[in-house]
Amino acid sequence: MTDFPRTPPRFSATFTPAVNAEIRRAAASGIYDIRGGGAKRPLPHFDDLLFLGASISRYPLEGYREKCATDVWLGTRFAKKPIHIEIPITIAGMSFGALSGPAKEALGRGATAAGTSTTTGDGGMTEEERGHSRLLVYQVLPSRYGMNPDDLRRADAIEIVVGQGAKPGGGGMLLGQKISDRVAEMRNLPKGIDQRSACRHPDWTGPDDLEIKILELREITDWEKPVYVKVGGARPYYDTALSVKAGADVVVLDGMQGGTAATQEVFIEHVGQPTLACIPQAVQALRDLGMHRKVQLIVSGGIRSGADVAKALALGADAVAIGTAALVAIGDNDPRWEEEYRRLGTTADAYDDWHEGRDPAGITTQDPELAARLDPVLAGRRLANFLKVMTLEAQTIARACGKSHLHNLEPEDLVALTVEAAAMARVPLAGTDWIPGRGSGGY
Amino acid sequence: MQSYDLAEGSLRALNQALHDLKGLTNMTDWEVLNPRGAHAIAAGLDAPVTVHVRGSTGYYCAGMNKQATVHIHGSAGPGVAENMMSGTVIVEGDASQYAGATGRGGLLVIKGNASSRCGISMKGIDIVVHGNIGHMSAFMAQSGNLVVLGDAGEALGDSLYEARIFVRGSVKSLGADCIEKEMRPEHLALLEELLRRGLADHKARPEEFRRYGSARRLYNFSIDNASSY
Ligand SMILES: Cc1cc2nc3c(=O)[nH]c(=O)nc-3n(C[C@H](O)[C@H](O)[C@H](O)COP(=O)(O)O)c2cc1C
Repeated sequence: MTDFPRTPPRFSATFTPAVNAEIRRAAASGIYDIRGGGAKRPLPHFDDLLFLGASISRYPLEGYREKCATDVWLGTRFAKKPIHIEIPITIAGMSFGALSGPAKEALGRGATAAGTSTTTGDGGMTEEERGHSRLLVYQVLPSRYGMNPDDLRRADAIEIVVGQGAKPGGGGMLLGQKISDRVAEMRNLPKGIDQRSACRHPDWTGPDDLEIKILELREITDWEKPVYVKVGGARPYYDTALSVKAGADVVVLDGMQGGTAATQEVFIEHVGQPTLACIPQAVQALRDLGMHRKVQLIVSGGIRSGADVAKALALGADAVAIGTAALVAIGDNDPRWEEEYRRLGTTADAYDDWHEGRDPAGITTQDPELAARLDPVLAGRRLANFLKVMTLEAQTIARACGKSHLHNLEPEDLVALTVEAAAMARVPLAGTDWIPGRGSGGY
Repeated sequence: MQSYDLAEGSLRALNQALHDLKGLTNMTDWEVLNPRGAHAIAAGLDAPVTVHVRGSTGYYCAGMNKQATVHIHGSAGPGVAENMMSGTVIVEGDASQYAGATGRGGLLVIKGNASSRCGISMKGIDIVVHGNIGHMSAFMAQSGNLVVLGDAGEALGDSLYEARIFVRGSVKSLGADCIEKEMRPEHLALLEELLRRGLADHKARPEEFRRYGSARRLYNFSIDNASSY
């Protein structure tokens, strides 16, 4: 017998070990995979854009001498009391229920120290966050858990949530492990049930109703509060245009990388458009209506650094919102808990079974012992530090591009590294004047 | 009685005047003339006052009401008394969709019929409808009581939590996880009280109703129930 060389084992690019593992998991359990976080697959993103910086035709600003302002007004269209944030980075809505009380307090403390706003979530307003947030945005969600006119009036702005980037068209879920007595009481639900929140609002459908809903909320709050409309990255051009038509002061646009507390994996990975693709469509809608900068645009979904902030602003956003990055800043997925992550069958930076409520870092849990691990004062300081670093980074880039305000960044400052990113962001491919989709030869 | 004519003044001025009553004790009787289907009339009140609306209203009349009594002498558009916290809202005519949606307290009385999604997502409000209600009523209703003297449309009480539903007439169909339940003495007593408060004790007796509630089979996910979701 001749000893022929054997073919080495070959894995399928279609049926990868991960794919097969999911098939086996589904076959054994009969239920889809649920997890927290945003899309984990690689997507065209801000990393695929670069700033050009100054040159002979554009001169830079002196790093430590010349001013580069960062503040933003939100709600200048209709609200009697628009809000003023010192940095263009806000904390996105994350529910008490999904997050622990100390985690919500930490977000409020951090945002306040950095001069920006934080946001409630599906589950109502807690004293922790109202007390520790100078500027608090109150979400009006389909579930209306905890909704009441007193909280509306003590909020600084109101955000009507139509959708989230992680799951445009989906409702929420909070599984039994996290429905503690307090969460159950705030939501008026039996303890320990698997709670599903509706995907549509109970008392309006479509843009014409939304306009009337906004009118009602303004009447209840005597037209004081800015009214935001939050949409997932589904049809950003039309969703932005319709929000403007319905009377929004601010549009919050959340791309598919945006995090969630708990949703089906299939939803997170397969529905919605990448954040990068969403922004230019929304900005186009605002420009077409003559409302760019009059109705402010807040973008979220995968914002991690000052570079991301600068790029989102250069594409036309007025501000950004962060969820996941804020959680990481206060201690989520920290390697210091590695041993415990291992016991949960995962590892630091990959832990996403937030719905199970066993977060070693004490953030995505309602277990009092775990929650007590998070020191809200220290965590708040870490968040404030992170927000300051992001702002300094964005300013560094803006000065290098010669801008005296972050809002002066523009698409003209950007090039793309890939054809996909060039097409989505509508900026030229590096080294060319080619913007795919714009015909040949640029503009 | 303070009278406010919406044919002459603005909605904003009306609601501001009503909001300004918070903490005051005089001027407790108001009437609103010529509502002509305007939206958000008397929304966001928080004072023990009575407002008579002489005509029909648009969306969200008495939305998020606290303490006040709002009496609509006409029909009400969608979302009447949505998210009401306390107080009383009475509709002499019919009510459109989502009447009493997400209401957390207080009493909503509809003397005519209510359209679809009456009491959707209700969280503690009591609703008494003298006529019929439309489809998908009490969808995901969490707590509170819905009393219907007439008939109920399709998918009553779909995905119900702990709200109680009492219907005197026929029910076209029950939604997922909603079942008929035994009417025990405490329910008859509760119903008697609700009929009295709902200005319907002369129209119906508790014994004529059937009670519906949650089977609680969907409270925790089970793959065997997947087709119900
Ligand atoms: C733990 C967690 C809970 C969330 N809860 C809510 C919520 O209650 N309402 C909402 O509109 N969005 C919610 N979101 C989405 C965020 O508001 C935001 O859109 C998203 O996190 C932004 O993307 P990023 O995480 O990549 O920064 C949640 C996100 C996370 C991570």
